[in-house]
Amino acid sequence: MRPSSPVAPAPALPVLLLRADGAPADAAWIDVADDAPVPEDQAAVVSYARFLAEGATLRAARLGVRIAPADKVEALAPHLARLALIVVTFPKFRDGRGYTTARLLRERFGYQGDVRAEGDVLRDQLAFMIRCGFSSFAVKDRAPQEAVAAALRRFSVVYQPAADAAPPIWRRRASVVRAAAE
Amino acid sequence: MYRYDEFDAAIVRERVAEFRDQVERRLRGELTEDQFKPLRLMNGLYLQLHAYMLRVAIPYGVLSSRQLERLARIARVYDRGYGHFTTRQNIQFNWPKLGDVPRILEELAEVEMHAIQTSGNCIRNVTADHFAAAVADEVDDPRVWSEIIRQWSTFHPEFSFLPRKFKIAVAGAPEDRAAVQVHDVGLHIRRGADGSARFVVYVGGGQGRTPFVAPAIHDDLPAEHLLSYLEAILRVYNRYGRRDNMYKARIKILVSALGIAQFRKEVDEEWAHLKDGALTVPAEEVARIRAYFAPPPFKTLPARSAAFEQAKADHKRFARWTRTNVHPHKAPGYAIVTVSLKPIGQPPGDATADQMDAAAALARAYSFDEIRVTHEQNLVLPHVEQDQLFEVWKALDAAGLATPNVGLISDIIACPGLDYCDLANARSISVAQAIAETFADLDAQEKIGELKIKISGCINACGHHHVGHIGILGVDKKGEEFYQILLGGRADERARLGEITGRGLPGEAIPDAIARVVERYLSLRLDERERFIDAFERVGAQPFEEALYASV
Repeated sequence: MRPSSPVAPAPALPVLLLRADGAPADAAWIDVADDAPVPEDQAAVVSYARFLAEGATLRAARLGVRIAPADKVEALAPHLARLALIVVTFPKFRDGRGYTTARLLRERFGYQGDVRAEGDVLRDQLAFMIRCGFSSFAVKDRAPQEAVAAALRRFSVVYQPAADAAPPIWRRRASVVRAAAE
Repeated sequence: MYRYDEFDAAIVRERVAEFRDQVERRLRGELTEDQFKPLRLMNGLYLQLHAYMLRVAIPYGVLSSRQLERLARIARVYDRGYGHFTTRQNIQFNWPKLGDVPRILEELAEVEMHAIQTSGNCIRNVTADHFAAAVADEVDDPRVWSEIIRQWSTFHPEFSFLPRKFKIAVAGAPEDRAAVQVHDVGLHIRRGADGSARFVVYVGGGQGRTPFVAPAIHDDLPAEHLLSYLEAILRVYNRYGRRDNMYKARIKILVSALGIAQFRKEVDEEWAHLKDGALTVPAEEVARIRAYFAPPPFKTLPARSAAFEQAKADHKRFARWTRTNVHPHKAPGYAIVTVSLKPIGQPPGDATADQMDAAAALARAYSFDEIRVTHEQNLVLPHVEQDQLFEVWKALDAAGLATPNVGLISDIIACPGLDYCDLANARSISVAQAIAETFADLDAQEKIGELKIKISGCINACGHHHVGHIGILGVDKKGEEFYQILLGGRADERARLGEITGRGLPGEAIPDAIARVVERYLSLRLDERERFIDAFERVGAQPFEEALYASV
C-alpha cells in the first residue's frame, strides 16, 4: 500500500509493513482515492468520509477504511463487522489522537480486525502503538527489518492497563507476592 | 521513601537502552534533528542557547542522600560543577555533552532516578507539597498518590503525544504549598464525610501567556477512582485539545473554551466507561506503596528543647535563621529545616556539587536520609531534631547554605531567563540579584516579613510571575529589556492572579520601584502580622501602583 500521509519527512524513508509480532504485514491492500471506483476484486481502503457516505453500496473483496486524527471513531462503531482493516493515520509524529482512536476501537467497540498505523510512524512509537491496540504498521525506517522489529519488544514491563494483554503493574506485583507465599 | 522493585528497575533500564540507541542514530545522522527532538525531549534533553540541557526528574521533590550525592557527582563529572533546582522540583544540568547523556542516565538509573517525561508533550513529573508527612494538619500523604500517578503516567501509551505538556500537582494538607490551582490538574486531598481521603480535582489552571486559576471539576473524588478519573480527563484533552496553535494547546484553553460545566460533562461521559474498570487502584497496591512512606522512627522527645532554646539565646545569627528557615514539625521535639538556595547575589536555585554533598551528608546524619526539593527552589531537611538544629545550622552555614531568608523578599523565584534560555526576552537572574542586593539588610527583610517575588524572563511564565505577591515579567521593547510589574498574585489555597500594573520599567529602575512598593506597604499595614498579601487584599492595588510610579 502506498503511504497516504500528506506530510513526508525529509529525507524520504522506505516504508516497512510490519505486524505486531514483527512479521511482514498484509501488503495486498490498495488505497482508493475518493473519486476513483472501488475495485470489487481487491482489498480496498477508502476514506472515512467516503465510507460514511457510500458505505452501504461499496463492494470490495475486503474493505478497509482510513481514519484521520480529527475523525470521530464513534461513527464507525455500527459498521465494524464490515471492515477488515482500519488505517489510523498519523500526519504528524506529534499528533497523538490516533492512539486514542485505536484504544477506543479495541476496548470500547471490541473491534477484532486489523488496526494499522500509517503516516509519520517511526520505530520509536511502536511499543506505544502496540499497547493501544495497533496490529500492523507502515513504518518509515531505513534500518533492517530486524532492528525495527526489535523496537516492538522494547519494554518487558508496563505500569498501566491499556488495550493489549499486558497486565497493570499491580497485578504482576500481586502474583510475585503470591508466588513467594507458596 | 519509595524504592524500586524489579519492575521499576527494568522499566528505567530498558529506557536507558532505548535512548542510547536513539542518540547513536542521531550521531550517525540516521535521525534528523526534527525526528530526534520529540525523542530527546521525552528524556528531558533540551537544546538551549549555548548547549544541551538535561532535566532530571525528582519525583514529587523527594531525594535520598545517595541520590543527591549522585546528582552532585553528575554535576562534577559531566557538567561544570553545579546544578539548577527548578520550580517543578527537578534539577537541570546546563552543559552536558550529547554523547555523555546515555552514561548520565545509566548513573541515574543506578540510584533509581531518570529523566523520563521531564519535557515533551506528555504527563510531566508530578509535584507535591515539600512538607509532606512532616506537618501536623495533613489529611493524607501526597507522596503516596504522587507515586501512584507517577507509575500510571510513566510511558502512558495513549498520552505520550498530547497537544501540549501536562502537569499534575498534589497537596495533602489544608495549606496548599504545591500551587495546585495553577496546574493542568491539581489534586487537593481533603477528608471525606466517612473519614476517608477524597480529592478535590482542579483542571485547567496554568500560567504562561494566558493564565488561569483552575476551576474545580470534582470536589469529592474517592481515592480508588483517581486513575480512571485522570484517564478520562486526559482522554478528553487528547482528543479535543487544540493542536493548531501551540500557544492555545494547553488544557486550560479547552476548559475555558468549553466552560467547566461542559468540560465536566465530557469527562463524565468518558469516565462512565472507565470507572470501576482496570484502572481502579487495588487497596493492596495502595498499601504496598504507602508502606514505603511509613514514618521514620521518631524518638520520643519533649516538645520544647532546652538545648535549642539555649543555642538561640547564645547565637543571634542562628536565632535569626530559625525564625525564617525552621518550621514546626508534627513530631514533638522535631523541626522542618528549609535550606535556602537563594544566597544574596546568586542565581536562585543553583547549588554546587559540594553544596549538594553537604546537604546529603546532613540529611543522612540528621534527617533520616531524606531531602525535599521545593517548587520555590529551595531544599528541605524534613525531620530534624530540635536538639540538633544548631549543629545542622553550623554545617549549612559553612557550606553557604544558611541564608536566613525563606519566605522573605530575597527568597525569589526566577526562571533562567535570557542568560540561558532561548525563549526569554529579558534577563531574570540579574533582576533577582539586584532586588536581593537592595534588600540585603536582613533586619529590614525580616521587618517586611513574608513577601514572594517571582520573576519570568518571558510570557511563558516559568518564573511564576502571575502568582507572585509581586510578579515581574521581562519583555522586549525594541531591543531593550523592560519589566512589567504585577501585584497581588498568590499560589496557595486561595490562589489568584496578580493584577497587571501600568507601563513597564527598565531593569535598572526595578529595585527602587519595588522598594517604593514595600515602603508603601510598611506605612499602611495595620501591624506587623498583616503580611503584604493581606494588606493588598484589604486596600487593593491602587496605593501600591501609585508608589510604583511615584518618582518616574
